[in-house]
Amino acid sequence: MTNSVQHIIEAKNLVSHYGDRQVLNNVDFKVAKGEIRVIMGGSGSGKSTLLNHLLALLKPTSGDIVVDGVDVVNADRKTLLALRKKTGVAFQSGALFSSMTVGENIKLPLVRHTKLDANTIDIMTRLKLELMNLAGFEHLMPSELSGGMLKRAGLARAVIMDPKLLFFDEPSAGLDPVTAVELDELILKLRDAMNMTIVVVTHELESAFKIADKITVLFDGSVAVTGTVEEIKNSPDERIQNLINRRPRNEVVNAEQYIERLTTGKN
Amino acid sequence: MLSRIKPFIESVGTKATSKVESAGRLGIFILNTLSRLWMFRFPLTETIKQIQFIGARTVPLIIISGLFTGMVIALQFYDTLIRFGSVELLGAAVAMSLIRELGPVMAALMVIARVGSATCAEIGIMRNEQQFDALDCMGIDSYHYVMLPRLMAALISVPLLTAIFDVLGIGGGYIVGVLIHGVSDGAYLIGMADTIVWKDVSMGIIKSSLFALLIIWISMAKGFYLHIEQKQSGAEGVSQATTEAVVLSAVLMLFVDYIVSSLML
Repeated sequence: MTNSVQHIIEAKNLVSHYGDRQVLNNVDFKVAKGEIRVIMGGSGSGKSTLLNHLLALLKPTSGDIVVDGVDVVNADRKTLLALRKKTGVAFQSGALFSSMTVGENIKLPLVRHTKLDANTIDIMTRLKLELMNLAGFEHLMPSELSGGMLKRAGLARAVIMDPKLLFFDEPSAGLDPVTAVELDELILKLRDAMNMTIVVVTHELESAFKIADKITVLFDGSVAVTGTVEEIKNSPDERIQNLINRRPRNEVVNAEQYIERLTTGKN
Repeated sequence: MLSRIKPFIESVGTKATSKVESAGRLGIFILNTLSRLWMFRFPLTETIKQIQFIGARTVPLIIISGLFTGMVIALQFYDTLIRFGSVELLGAAVAMSLIRELGPVMAALMVIARVGSATCAEIGIMRNEQQFDALDCMGIDSYHYVMLPRLMAALISVPLLTAIFDVLGIGGGYIVGVLIHGVSDGAYLIGMADTIVWKDVSMGIIKSSLFALLIIWISMAKGFYLHIEQKQSGAEGVSQATTEAVVLSAVLMLFVDYIVSSLML
């Protein structure tokens, strides 16, 4: 059935632990080429952990992850390096280096990985700054930028090598609504103009519905559902309807356990 | 009875294993950093930047502390030597104690205060702000790009700073001994030149190089492993890690100082 679709990311039976606590439980996650996939879920649902596994920043307890044909769980340093040159990551708060100007930050991957001359690198850097509406800010230090600008600068650095695959962690968290919408537009523009596959981790519903081709919703470390925006909106799953309609969780209180927690302080 | 002892034994065990783990991490950290010397090209530009920070910008502090240290030990030695009528030994005494002992130790303490704390805090904040994750994701090796230049810069800068400290200290001793208390300048300088041998100088160089390694190693590792070692994240974690780095590097530095002295004397 899925043979006709080429997957750029394929994670199977992913299990992950922090110490003794299980964070991901048998997660399957596939992303097709050219797709914008949103990973959604509340705090503690495991979405950041899943992202860290896809980026090969964490090793899973068990399971396979193949990104662009590379088995990232067992890949050696060189294979991983080659993959990372084709992958861009925009971090939640930009993760720019505070000791360098914005321009130096953005051109860093080009300086380290290519033999292009300084002029070409400068022009490519300015092109990306223009794309992110940051023209003229290249000589400022990161500390002089606002939160939204930092995110856009982080995004500029993530796409400076023209990656095939882009990961974006919480694009709209902590931004005002207008800036958040601008970032969403940017993500769509990047996919259309540069034909990227984009994986976005967010808990902002509005943003997710606007940009996603498909949404994967995580609950307590498991995939609750993966589907198009319509499918998610019409999902019969009560937890998803709670998430969409911002209803608080109706946890059934077990009286004995409740008393136990109160008296002993143990969970 | 057993129920009271058990938690105590458990907590001792947990503490012990965490200390062993921490020591193991320190070992892995320095091996990783040093292995980058032959895995990649030498990070010359970054090393020069760090020499500017660790070395050049510490010079004013070293000048002031060196001068006053020299002055105060000259004063103390003068006061002692005059009782035995041998003030002509002042130059030798000042130079010997500076070059062998006080120069390396005091310069290292100044470097801990200025560079060790700043390095630990900077690297800890880089960890907090996901900058090491960002480096990994960009395919840039953190040890090669962040750690190795700092290590190299410290190994180059600290012995030089120590030399400056020694020279200023001897100058400070000259001011107090010769200019203020009227010791003959010939006795001060020739006594010094006659007494100091290469072994004294080499001891100073060996000590200051070891101190440099120790200080920068511990400061970088404490910041780098912030997310593993500190219970609190954020500002609290950075402040705790910096304190640990400063205290640990100062104590270990004095311990190593004793070991090297006892081996070389």
